[in-house]
Amino acid sequence: MLKFTAEHEWLELDGDVATVGITTYAVEQLGDLVFVELPEVGKSFAKNDDAATVESVKAASEVYCPLDGEITAVNEAIVADPSLINSDPQGAGWFFKLKLKNPADADGLLDEAAYKELIA
Amino acid sequence: MDDTAALKKTPLHALHLSLGARMVPFAGYDMPVQYPAGVMKEHLHTRTEAGLFDVSHMGQIIVKAKSGTYEDAALALESLVPVDILGLAEGRQRYGFFTDDTGGILDDLMITHVDDHLFVVVNAACKEADLAHLQANIGDQCDITLLNRALIALQGPRAVEVLAELWADVAAMKFMDVRHCRLHDISCLVSRSGYSGEDGFEISIPADKAEDVAMRLLEHPDVQAIGLGARDSLRLEAGLCLYGNDIDTTTSPVEAALEWAMQKARRAGGARAGGFPGSGRILSELENGAARRRVGLKPEGKAPVRGHAKLYADAEGKTEIGEVTSGGFGPSVEGPVAMGYLPISHAAVGNQVYAEVRGKFLPVTVSALPFVTPTYKR
Repeated sequence: MLKFTAEHEWLELDGDVATVGITTYAVEQLGDLVFVELPEVGKSFAKNDDAATVESVKAASEVYCPLDGEITAVNEAIVADPSLINSDPQGAGWFFKLKLKNPADADGLLDEAAYKELIA
Repeated sequence: MDDTAALKKTPLHALHLSLGARMVPFAGYDMPVQYPAGVMKEHLHTRTEAGLFDVSHMGQIIVKAKSGTYEDAALALESLVPVDILGLAEGRQRYGFFTDDTGGILDDLMITHVDDHLFVVVNAACKEADLAHLQANIGDQCDITLLNRALIALQGPRAVEVLAELWADVAAMKFMDVRHCRLHDISCLVSRSGYSGEDGFEISIPADKAEDVAMRLLEHPDVQAIGLGARDSLRLEAGLCLYGNDIDTTTSPVEAALEWAMQKARRAGGARAGGFPGSGRILSELENGAARRRVGLKPEGKAPVRGHAKLYADAEGKTEIGEVTSGGFGPSVEGPVAMGYLPISHAAVGNQVYAEVRGKFLPVTVSALPFVTPTYKR
């Protein structure tokens, strides 16, 4: 199941684990990405905490934790090559996996249709 | 209210939109920050081929002496800038800056000796203040006229061949030469200069003909339109100051490492020493040095260090010693680059300091400027 936040993160839900990244729309707004800072595996975040940072040639942007949870994996490939986020933001350019504290909270996020309406 | 409605447009505004530019407000103008290719590709294209920039938002001003002689205009302008303007040959251009009474920098500008007058190009955000400054101080001796013309910059190693297809004589010009020319029967003023660290040209064009000239250049397969995003990363790699970031009224020309722009004639012992605002401080700093200095900064690792990041002498962030004024990612350097001010005690090339980025103190090495080797045709 695919969910979205109004801050332009996407979540692919698999049971109580969400794979999180930033949307194609967000990446288009940011432009060429040159640097990524990812959270540490094992660290817990609350919803809307700064979990990661992406930087384009021009500016830095925070990536928020979309729900309460613990980081179980991070995508080192985007640290080595941030352009992966530009080329495949909703695939190979994922950021981290998050074990959700309250999986039911995901119901409160946007579905794909609602997100598309938001950015239209 | 829609904020963009109040923004001014350059004569090339419609062309930017037709090329798919992303527009942003900049110095009161609606300007292209990037085109569909993106900042990275635009930057690298300029370094390897040729990039076309719209810089029409900048102010183009004629300073002409009421007496009609170049000498009178030059001497009048020398009362506002620490630059040798009387000695500027016809058809030559020079970088300079307006100083204030405390020795700070009011704006930086390009000054050209054209025929019997001066042609100066100033920053967009400063142009109204610059006009008032000129009018108030030398308006009794000179007519000051703000031109309504477009200005484009063609920058990069292919720029000369591309422009030579429109006007063959351009190939004989050297860095900082300026010539009247006709590009397809459009009367233009061309200077071999720019702000990218590359060989290139700035072309002043009548506003109603600007799109014609820009389109002809863009038709060339080697030329791409380049936005403000890449203009900023190019000038940062070239170690060139951005007014409002790297220089302003709180920085003196010597602190800003701009001594090269102040010729002997205006320094202590020179034929026309002093006589410009803040000359006491500036002449003294030219003799004795300033307490701090603008330096290049090369962050270790991959994290960009941006403007306003604080600089520390130690890795624990105990002793704050300066601030980054411009910083980002250098596509040609393939890593982060920055400029900032450090006390002389810490300003030697190779010295290590620390920049605060999101609560961490990252090692940064003082580096020689520019970060890329310029390809100017001297």
